[in-house]
Amino acid sequence: MLTLHCPCCGIQADETELAPGGQAHLTRHGPGSSDEDFHDYLFTRANPRGVHFERWRHAAGCGKWFHAARDTQTLEVFGTYAAQTLAPPQHIRDAITERRPDWTWHASGRATE
Amino acid sequence: MKRYSAFAVAREAARYHLGWERAWAAPEPKAQYDVVIVGAGGHGLATAYYLGKNFGITNVAVIEKGWLGGGNTGRNTTIIRSNYLQDASAAIYEKSRGLYETLSQDLNYNVMFSPRGVMMLAQTQHEIRGYQRTAQANALQGVTTEWIAPARVKELLPIINLDGPRYPVLGALWQARGGTARHDAVAWGYARACSAMGMDILQKCEVTGIRQQGGQVTGVETTRGEIGCTRLGIVVAGHSGVLAEMAGFRLPVESVALQALVSEPIKPCMDVVVMANTVHGYMSQSDKGEMVIGGGADGFNNYTQRGSFHHIEETVRALVETFPMISRLKMLRQWGGIVDMTGDRSPILSKTPLAGCFINCGWGTGGFKAIPGSGWGFAELMAKGHSPLTEAFTLDRFREGRFIDESVAAGVAH
Repeated sequence: MLTLHCPCCGIQADETELAPGGQAHLTRHGPGSSDEDFHDYLFTRANPRGVHFERWRHAAGCGKWFHAARDTQTLEVFGTYAAQTLAPPQHIRDAITERRPDWTWHASGRATE
Repeated sequence: MKRYSAFAVAREAARYHLGWERAWAAPEPKAQYDVVIVGAGGHGLATAYYLGKNFGITNVAVIEKGWLGGGNTGRNTTIIRSNYLQDASAAIYEKSRGLYETLSQDLNYNVMFSPRGVMMLAQTQHEIRGYQRTAQANALQGVTTEWIAPARVKELLPIINLDGPRYPVLGALWQARGGTARHDAVAWGYARACSAMGMDILQKCEVTGIRQQGGQVTGVETTRGEIGCTRLGIVVAGHSGVLAEMAGFRLPVESVALQALVSEPIKPCMDVVVMANTVHGYMSQSDKGEMVIGGGADGFNNYTQRGSFHHIEETVRALVETFPMISRLKMLRQWGGIVDMTGDRSPILSKTPLAGCFINCGWGTGGFKAIPGSGWGFAELMAKGHSPLTEAFTLDRFREGRFIDESVAAGVAH
């Protein structure tokens, strides 16, 4: 079972307490944006087999949103961090680099190895 | 290829079964093919088969990183039905169901299609309205389904408990000509027929890159060397995003794990397929007597082919209330498959931004039933550039707002 540390209330939470919220660090394109950007915001998602950044909500706990960095192939969790960020903080990137040296961060919200 | 028949069984019985041939060849890759299909699951093999059968294109390679039919083709609950709400879905799934009826004869391979009937239980008021609407839509689409009352449900399925306190059975959508088939046999039968047409099925051959020149696909790089082609079909279900990345485009697809499990074998007790969508539980009894149970999908991206245990608990808890007699069954095996979910829960069969490269993905949690129809339509798309079966399922429908919204129609994953 997946367990994530909730950075808001400090609890190591079970998957059953958590609600997945999809890809993190999406740029919200609204009125005035191009069709391409709006389409990507609505539908296109990173779907990596490897390092992935996600939004989660501690639904059956404190109810707050947070972000998690996770490997979708091994279910390894690299760390969780506050939702009020536009990109993964340095300590999370370092934690990933330690275990996935070839990994790089893309500004589009994607990670590649 | 020697044909299978009752005579062949008698002939081989008389000579210690020494005359059976390998069902398909294991060739070395050639340098160049007209068409390369990535993914030797049901959909990929069916595509290759109909390219050869309907369009005479037989210089084809089907590339598989693992073994034939070892992905979701061997991991589903084998349900075949076509009771969808939207016209485009009903057309392709009904085509598929129709092809299943004669598939054993067509392939000369027994796929054990068993049209035992599929019953989708209505356990909320919302489902009653939804399924009655689907039954009306199906009547207009020429798909034979009917809305049945609880008494008829009990008659068809004596082991059901209609009056569960939490999930009472209020009726059902009944498709008498739906059913199940032997999933491995579907892949094996198509593979044997493709091999007999001279196509190469290359197992243990993982694609590591896609070659292109001037916006046109020219081949693939694999663990068994480079293979050239003029047309490329990507039919890799959960790993579509990985292949799309290699081809240089992105997909509105996310991969999650969907689980299934089977019980120990018991005497025959139910001869229909039951789907209880409110609780995400599907159940049928295999010919061996095992109860085959499908559950819900994880909500987060996952490539592990396992799935989370609490989904099994939820599914089994609800099924036990509806079918009290299964409460003391032991479960034998559990597994997960990686399913590719699109935003509208309908598949993508489409050209891509890379010329000559086509993609068939997004079947989500319900791809097995669609194998023959998907192969039929996708082969036509690859051979002719368009197909009436697939024209609604293009990649750009998301941009243009032409959703084929089965997620709202069904109210569940399917």
